[in-house]
Amino acid sequence: MDEMTITNAQYTSDLNATIKCTIDGVEMQVPCDPDNRHYAEIQKQIASGDLTIADAE
Amino acid sequence: MSRAREFADLAGSADAGGITGRNIVINGAMQVAQRATSASAKSSAGFHVVDRFKFINNTSTGAVDIEQSTTVPAGQGFGYSLKVSTSTAKATLTGTNEFGIQQRIEGQNLQVLNHGTSSASKATLSFWVRSNKTGTYVVWFYKEGSNRNIQRQFTISSADTWEKKALTIDGDTSGSIANDNSNELEFFIVLGTGPDRSSGTAPTAWETLDNADRYVGQTVNILDSTSNTFYLTGVQLEIGEKATPFDHSESYGETLAKCQRYYFKFLEGSTKEIGVAWYYTAAHASFMLRYPTTMRATPTGIDTTGTGYYTIYRNGGSDAINSITFENGSTEQYSAYNNSEASGTAGQAGLVRSTNASAKVEFDAEL
Repeated sequence: MDEMTITNAQYTSDLNATIKCTIDGVEMQVPCDPDNRHYAEIQKQIASGDLTIADAE
Repeated sequence: MSRAREFADLAGSADAGGITGRNIVINGAMQVAQRATSASAKSSAGFHVVDRFKFINNTSTGAVDIEQSTTVPAGQGFGYSLKVSTSTAKATLTGTNEFGIQQRIEGQNLQVLNHGTSSASKATLSFWVRSNKTGTYVVWFYKEGSNRNIQRQFTISSADTWEKKALTIDGDTSGSIANDNSNELEFFIVLGTGPDRSSGTAPTAWETLDNADRYVGQTVNILDSTSNTFYLTGVQLEIGEKATPFDHSESYGETLAKCQRYYFKFLEGSTKEIGVAWYYTAAHASFMLRYPTTMRATPTGIDTTGTGYYTIYRNGGSDAINSITFENGSTEQYSAYNNSEASGTAGQAGLVRSTNASAKVEFDAEL
């Protein structure tokens, strides 16, 4: 029930505390908190090889 | 007064709504709609309109309009319902298609169920529904933590007529519920299903999930015509086998605060204050945003962006900025900054304000 389309994932700063990405067409900033449903989905897609996170600029 | 009289009075009080705080569902009267009061042509899952109720739709082409409607059952004390109207039909649902309305509940709000023990309690979900589509609907209950499910069915027998439904589920002596902030029980009011979710055997008792069993018995597909509508309000989940009248004792403010644990609209529109900024460097302005209540988890930050959507006023001048970067969050607050348009002097302070009607800042910690 939680299928999300996630693209353009990148850490927002060197703290690596937040990931900027597009989820289902909406730009969001997702904290690296395993209790956050968006972060949990990011982790799932990384584990399955479907997503990578770029370093902060 | 005799004990028998006390119990009789207690029962009467419950019937009159006198026992308060018994509803485990949040926003069951559909009062709070922070995101929007309507949404058009929604073909994907999400929290589109009323708070805490998630719309599920993986049918790809089927789409609906969703609305916080003032159409309500007469004389029941409700001001709003959740209305779903099909805008793009999908006559036949296929494969794993599923379509309906869901709410997820935190484990720490469910300990009273005593699941996983010999004292596991029955619980009753009651609600008011109305639709032009008569037939059998499924409500699916799922415990993600233990991967166990059960379902109940209800029938709408009269078209376009409000009906109250009450469904009692057994206590589950297996499958304990974690006492934390995770999703430990969800209910899903099914409005349409494909065969891969309805070709098995209905789980009429708690059992390990088999996806083919989930929605067995569902005959209605709300998506099969653009003439279809479905209304829902007065959703209440309580301990026991009896559906008591909806608990109207909770104020709007109390319901709003409960909803803000999961989603908080910080601002929408122009001339809304965000906070005090300070220039860490000439091109890097930092500021803080606090939520009105502790959120369930560190939330996702969402800022609607555009040229000059926000402005930092400082030293008799101003910096128009386009976006906010959320840096380090918690369940209480976020630090944020702008280092793309900020142009001040290190050490200056300022005020951050929204300066465009389309500006919007949101925090999402939904389950």
